[in-house]
Amino acid sequence: MPAVSKGDGMRGLAVFISDIRNCKSKEAEIKRINKELANIRSKFKGDKALDGYSKKKYVCKLLFIFLLGHDIDFGHMEAVNLLSSNKYTEKQIGYLFISVLVNSNSELIRLINNAIKNDLSSRNPTFMCLALHCIANVGSREMAEAFASEIPRILVAGDTMDSVKQSAALCLLRLYKTSPDLVLMGEWTSRVVHLLNDQHMGVVTAAISLITCLSQKNPDEFKTCVSLAVSRLSRIVSSASTDLQDYTYYFVPAPWLSCKLLRLLQCYPPPEDGAVKGRLVECLETILNKAQEPPKSKKVQHSNAKNAILFEAIALIIHYDSEPNLLVRACNQLGQFLQHRETNLRYLALESMCTLASSEFSHEAVKTHIETVINALKTERDVSVRQRAADLLYAMCDRSNAKQIVAEMLSYLETADYSIREEMVLKVAILAEKYAVDYSWYVDTILNLIRIAGDYVSEEVWYRVIQIVINRDDVQGYAAKTVFEALQAPACHENMVKVGGYILGEFGNLIAGDPRSSPLVQFNLLHSKFHLCSVPTRALLLSAYIKFINLFPETKATIQEVLRCDSQIRNSDVELQQRAVEYLKLSSIASTDVLATVLEEMPPFPERESSILAKLKKKKGPGAVSVTEMEDGKREGGELNGGGDRGPDATTMAASNASTPSPSADLLGIRSAAPVSAAPSSAGSLLVDVFSEAGPAASSAAVNDEGFLRDLEPPTETSDSLLVEGSGDSDSAPPSEDPAPPLSEADELLNKFVCKNNGVLFENQLLQIGIKSEYRQNLGRMYLFYGNKTSVQFASFSTTVSCPGELQSHILVFQTCGATGGGGAQIQQVLNIECLTDFSEAPLLNIKFRYGGALQNLTLKLPVTINKFFQPTEMASQDFFQRWKQLSQPQQEAQKIFKANNSMDTEVLKAKLLGLGMALLDNVDPNPENYVCAGVIQTKGQQVGCLLRLEPNAQAQMYRLTLRCSKDSVSKRLCELLAEQF
Amino acid sequence: MSKMQFMLLFSRQGKLRLQKWYVPLSDKERKKISRDLVQTILARKPKMCSFLEWRDLKIVYKRYASLYFCCAVEDQDNELITLEIIHRYVELLDKYFGSVCELDIIFNFEKAYFILDEFLLGGEAQETSKKNVLKAIEQADLLQEEAEAPRSVLEEIGLT
Repeated sequence: MPAVSKGDGMRGLAVFISDIRNCKSKEAEIKRINKELANIRSKFKGDKALDGYSKKKYVCKLLFIFLLGHDIDFGHMEAVNLLSSNKYTEKQIGYLFISVLVNSNSELIRLINNAIKNDLSSRNPTFMCLALHCIANVGSREMAEAFASEIPRILVAGDTMDSVKQSAALCLLRLYKTSPDLVLMGEWTSRVVHLLNDQHMGVVTAAISLITCLSQKNPDEFKTCVSLAVSRLSRIVSSASTDLQDYTYYFVPAPWLSCKLLRLLQCYPPPEDGAVKGRLVECLETILNKAQEPPKSKKVQHSNAKNAILFEAIALIIHYDSEPNLLVRACNQLGQFLQHRETNLRYLALESMCTLASSEFSHEAVKTHIETVINALKTERDVSVRQRAADLLYAMCDRSNAKQIVAEMLSYLETADYSIREEMVLKVAILAEKYAVDYSWYVDTILNLIRIAGDYVSEEVWYRVIQIVINRDDVQGYAAKTVFEALQAPACHENMVKVGGYILGEFGNLIAGDPRSSPLVQFNLLHSKFHLCSVPTRALLLSAYIKFINLFPETKATIQEVLRCDSQIRNSDVELQQRAVEYLKLSSIASTDVLATVLEEMPPFPERESSILAKLKKKKGPGAVSVTEMEDGKREGGELNGGGDRGPDATTMAASNASTPSPSADLLGIRSAAPVSAAPSSAGSLLVDVFSEAGPAASSAAVNDEGFLRDLEPPTETSDSLLVEGSGDSDSAPPSEDPAPPLSEADELLNKFVCKNNGVLFENQLLQIGIKSEYRQNLGRMYLFYGNKTSVQFASFSTTVSCPGELQSHILVFQTCGATGGGGAQIQQVLNIECLTDFSEAPLLNIKFRYGGALQNLTLKLPVTINKFFQPTEMASQDFFQRWKQLSQPQQEAQKIFKANNSMDTEVLKAKLLGLGMALLDNVDPNPENYVCAGVIQTKGQQVGCLLRLEPNAQAQMYRLTLRCSKDSVSKRLCELLAEQF
Repeated sequence: MSKMQFMLLFSRQGKLRLQKWYVPLSDKERKKISRDLVQTILARKPKMCSFLEWRDLKIVYKRYASLYFCCAVEDQDNELITLEIIHRYVELLDKYFGSVCELDIIFNFEKAYFILDEFLLGGEAQETSKKNVLKAIEQADLLQEEAEAPRSVLEEIGLT
């Protein structure tokens, strides 16, 4: 039974709650609940009209059952009756039920809105507050439509009670967040700003949340709030701890309001008016001074409230980033907290210092705390605090302390929590690369990473070390020696084997002079790991072996022996078997000259943003790595080492110089690319067999006549027509029906992929199609994953890619690896794409299969758009504008003004623009709100230079997009594509 | 201060006692979030920090006797002031019920919701003065008693 029963105890409800609490098992509880539900249902349906009290009691019981986690699908009507009642107690329960169990039934919403309307115009403040609370709790679009114009009136009306104003302000905020388009700015906005001056502290506290949100979206319209906020803050900060009566919290005057005021100020740059600014700086100094005063109470609430204001003040100081004196004071204050006995304060100090580390004024001051932070990393007992320490070390790292920080992070990794290892690995890898002064240190660091935390070393990290070693000939010998030593450990991580295999395959010759690492010793060492490794690693090792044959002719017999043995040449894994067969054949029929050409050392990787930085960014979300940091990485990475973000795949390595017949020549080694296309031409005859066994060539009848003829001769560079080889399933005839016209939403699906390369292209009840793609220069490779969502196999599954009409002279799409298999869990298909000239339409992908006898015929647009072939171009402001002027012919420019369809958030926009493939240029446009980008589209025949300018207007929720390209059709197409993205 | 996403009260046994959602989420998502978060927090040791990063949110929590109070706020929000939001809410419950315990919240859950609505609206502090919040609730209780009195009379004449 209830310990306390305030107001009207509903006895029946209390009994029911007791019953539930006394249930011994989940089953008993469910039984009791079902009994009650049946009872309530019969009461609601019964002939006898229920009185308000009973209705209230039953609705309350339903609410209780719902909150226990059970579904409730009735009672809404009774709740609406209650909230239309004139009795406060019934109305209150009715509103509570509706707020918790929102129902989208439109008839019901009409009734609810009606009741709310009555209460809002009742002039009874308690009723008005209940109605406002309900709107704020539900916050649906229907409610916004009904009340968005009414609530501002209530908020600023002279005769509105304070409590109603408070509710109205926050209610409006909720509606503004859900439906900003329905809350129209108007005469009321200026009056809202003046609520900052209101006598009633509660009104100010509520109103400021609304003002802050509105200021973020419409800074100009609300900028008068800055001076008002400063004077309000100044009055609070200088007041004695008892002046504000009940708004003083544990001797701290108005902590919530103070924090909100400081937060509002963070929406704006430092005040321009000298007097206002002076007053604000005074406030900030007072807050910093107070932190040094002895506490007025020993209660943790006192220090929490005081420090909440302090941290918010520091956030404002960091936001301004213009007062060196305050920044350094903030840093010293945080330094004290680093050793505070309260875990919470240590956590927050570490977190806040992270942002201070990026300011030029306080970076050095932050660095002085390095020992304390390292100590925190080692000794804090809470993993979330250690995580903050690791973040701070990362943020404070520069050339002067990189070696120490990297060493500490590495040693911490040995015992680090599993939850943070992957991120730590990425951070170490990035710092090692960014601040490498000598490359042997870099190589050592990465190999140590693999040794200590091999499982957490992602592909990007080991790809990257290989890219760097390939691109820097001064480190290759050292790298070969080091991996050779590392491989001698009895148990070494598979990632080590991958790096070792790759590096020895390329540069093993540099250490072969030493008899302790002679060619055969190297080979035996690698091969001793072979059997413990997974298929992809073994595939890589096989490629290393064929490279060995070229590097060291004396190993040829041994290696051929290995390739020839049944476990290779008859391996059940197609990939391994194929490599073994091909490499064996290649090594026996090719002359040394041919071999040397085919297996020549890898050419340097092209310059690109470090792929691991991108990965960290992805992991932490777009906001986590600031753009400056990224560009920093790019710049520094660039001067030290060129590197692409493609993986140094085994296939690419084997075929680095192979002159393959296909124009795509597998330049893009992505993952386990089909060796078919990568195989050297000299092994052509062999390949035909493999080809027909594997299926695609033999089954290309499934495509169309043209394809059938074509597949006999490999695609050539002069070819300008549609090339689609193979469609997959060779043993069942594909359904013979014309491809369906593209789905109505095909364009929409295509638009989703303009700024990204991976994702789900399409999904219905039967099938999910996922896409992964990569592009480099004018070439691309796309992986399509067809997931069967049913438990039944699809029959006669076939896919066709076509380039309708003129498009075929603009772009080539052909398949390197068929969509094989007649259904089942997942089918994979690989497409190679070459851009011949710029294009506007998208290739079509037709999928046919039978499910339960019915033919499924589906056509989608392949998300290949012209921007995929962008190469980013960095340039300075001056260059940009010079080029902009050069592209001044009217047809070179395309412009569109359009309404924002998505969030106008800076980070989101930046991520999209980066995804577009152009370089996002900072400090080019005189207006910092605008974005400018530059890039070159690579087609086979020509390069098209493109400049972009995007001007957001947050107030109007509009954009103006301007493109200028050296080819007018490109401007036009890009403009169309991009107008759908923002 | 905070752009609060939701507030959960749960017992040491992991039973939810109150849930308030300030962002639109489906029933299924709410259940999943509550389940995951309750597990995460119960697994933490007593002396650990009151803040943690969870998915893309910041979690601020504190235990009072047998109940955990837990708020999810956005990345930029102020952790300490959120911690004091929790404390103020506990004070309000305590003052209203008179040294509050878990049972009060179980049996009078509707009151716990009413008090919360007076204090926080849409995830933002509406009224931080303890006196003002309690005054609003007590006024409502008073209205309640006035309204209750004539019930039987009305019933007799068949008006409800």
